[in-house]
Amino acid sequence: MTVTETAAAAVQNAVEGRVASHLHPTGSFAVAEHPVPTGREEIWRFTPMKRLRNVHGDAELVAGGALFQWNTPEGVRAELVHGEESQALRGVSGLVPNTRYAARVLAEAPSTLLVDVAANTEVHEPVLVDVKGQSADPAEAGHVVLRFGLHSKAVVVLNHTGSATLAQVVEVHVGDGADVSVVSLQDWADDTVHLTQHEASVGRDASYKHVAISFGGDVVRMDSNVSYRGPGGSAELLGLYFADAGQHLEHRLFADHNEPHTKSNVVYKGALQGQGAHTVWVGNVLIRKVAEGIETYEQNRNLVLTDGCRADSVPNLEIETGEIAGAGHASTTGRFDDQHLFYLQSRGIPEDEARRLVVHGFFNDIVRRVGVPELEERLMATVEAELAKNVSKA
Amino acid sequence: MSTLEIRDLHVSVDTEDGPKEILKGVTLTINAGETHAIMGPNGSGKSTLAYSIAGHPKYTITSGTVTLDGQDVLAMAVDERARAGLFLAMQYPVEVPGVSVSNFLRTAKTAIAGEAPKLRTWIKDVNTAMERVNMDTTFATRNVNEGFSGGEKKRHEIVQLELLDPKVAVLDETDSGLDIDALRIVSEGVNRFKENGDKGVLLITHYTRILRYIKPDFVHVFVDGRIAEEGGSELADKLESEGYAAYVGAGAAGAGA
Repeated sequence: MTVTETAAAAVQNAVEGRVASHLHPTGSFAVAEHPVPTGREEIWRFTPMKRLRNVHGDAELVAGGALFQWNTPEGVRAELVHGEESQALRGVSGLVPNTRYAARVLAEAPSTLLVDVAANTEVHEPVLVDVKGQSADPAEAGHVVLRFGLHSKAVVVLNHTGSATLAQVVEVHVGDGADVSVVSLQDWADDTVHLTQHEASVGRDASYKHVAISFGGDVVRMDSNVSYRGPGGSAELLGLYFADAGQHLEHRLFADHNEPHTKSNVVYKGALQGQGAHTVWVGNVLIRKVAEGIETYEQNRNLVLTDGCRADSVPNLEIETGEIAGAGHASTTGRFDDQHLFYLQSRGIPEDEARRLVVHGFFNDIVRRVGVPELEERLMATVEAELAKNVSKA
Repeated sequence: MSTLEIRDLHVSVDTEDGPKEILKGVTLTINAGETHAIMGPNGSGKSTLAYSIAGHPKYTITSGTVTLDGQDVLAMAVDERARAGLFLAMQYPVEVPGVSVSNFLRTAKTAIAGEAPKLRTWIKDVNTAMERVNMDTTFATRNVNEGFSGGEKKRHEIVQLELLDPKVAVLDETDSGLDIDALRIVSEGVNRFKENGDKGVLLITHYTRILRYIKPDFVHVFVDGRIAEEGGSELADKLESEGYAAYVGAGAAGAGA
């Protein structure tokens, strides 16, 4: 869908003042101002609240569950900080929590995992942070801050594995002119519940790439949000997910175009297989009145491999100015394209091999765009392993 | 020596108003070394014949047989037919996102030959096949048919024909939408395939112009799901000057030639 001139005119005639996004009400740091969600709220309506172990409500959040490990390439400082230093980092991305769990993480997390990339530094190897869950009980709170200095260039990979019940906030501060990638892998064990908000503030003329890759866990819900601190910033939000029987994988995106001449491009692709596999993708874009000349496009594609799956896909676009360069979205959810399979089979390729090629092809462009060669092979191997489950069940 | 035998083939498709019979009893034998042209007006069932031989799920065989060297083709899955030696060059080759041409060709060749081709000679073979049809070898890194022009898709079909080297090739309107240069290039590819050994070719076309480049041994005129007339290449000349009027509509009442 492209915004037409008629729509643009209608928008110009609309309310003059600043309108808060309908989907993202003003937040608060005070936990008490966030009632426990019931599941009937717009932002919670797809999430299976009963499976969250009350981490969205009042579950006790205990310190020191998950084990952290990281490397520190030259120009990078990475450490677990406590006390005042940790407190000072809460909200560094401009985040004002709009969920109870995020407010609780900022209020209760005992420490902050800080990755600091110095200004004018180009880091040549990815900063790999392993977050290894030790047990699904008790629940814990995690606060992560990724701070990229002016004109820096770096890639940070957060690799989540093991069993956990984790409420997490990842704050990303992208300095002016910086060029950064943040990759978050959710490769959890089957019993993990993971609520996470990734909040990024993109500086003037900076490039931010965020990649969400979700394979494991019982319930994973990620809110990946972006706002801008100046004109010329661009955000590429990519996602790849593969839901098996009984899994709930939810990704919500919010590109808040609060500065002129900013860009956002969202591409999420997912596959589903098995009874009760459920994926949710909600893509929100807000183009504020001040944000003239912006460009945004969001798309979500789902490939349903078996019966019994459910993929919800909801693109939302709120536009408060008609002076934009481009805005659009696309969403498709479908089964295998019989024409693809027929063409491949007509060249002698057996059906299961043809299916494998098509699924590989489906994910291939996302995997290539991750831009971390170390990960590409692992991602394809994981897709392969997921497909093998399906073939052996069939 | 291979023989593709089609006996009294009846084929229907599902429509909103129930099954509709498209092929109403087609009998045709293609021996190795023979080139058969099937010509006919739009909607006569030419493409249905091609897709039915290849095993497209949209078409239901209601009666009749298709055998390749005595083997029951209709009992085979789509990929088994290809491995048995059948090849269909499609009128509208399908785009397969994310699958590179080189990966596709290697996977297909491996499936058909039963073993992976030797890497060194294979790359050379692919490049040669592409260069022969004036396709830049960089096409190997592109996704299958994605963003190809109509002519490039047809040339890619010919590349596959040469590399997969089937026993019998069915070419479904491979000439449609091609300019003269592309038509010549594609025809040369088919002729190389024919010269390569005892191959059967079933050339389905609406127009006679491709028959200037590929000489048919037999011409069959297809009308309303049946073969209405058969002859040698001279029948193509007759169609060239007279068109299909004698076979359709008013023509049936005697107002044709």
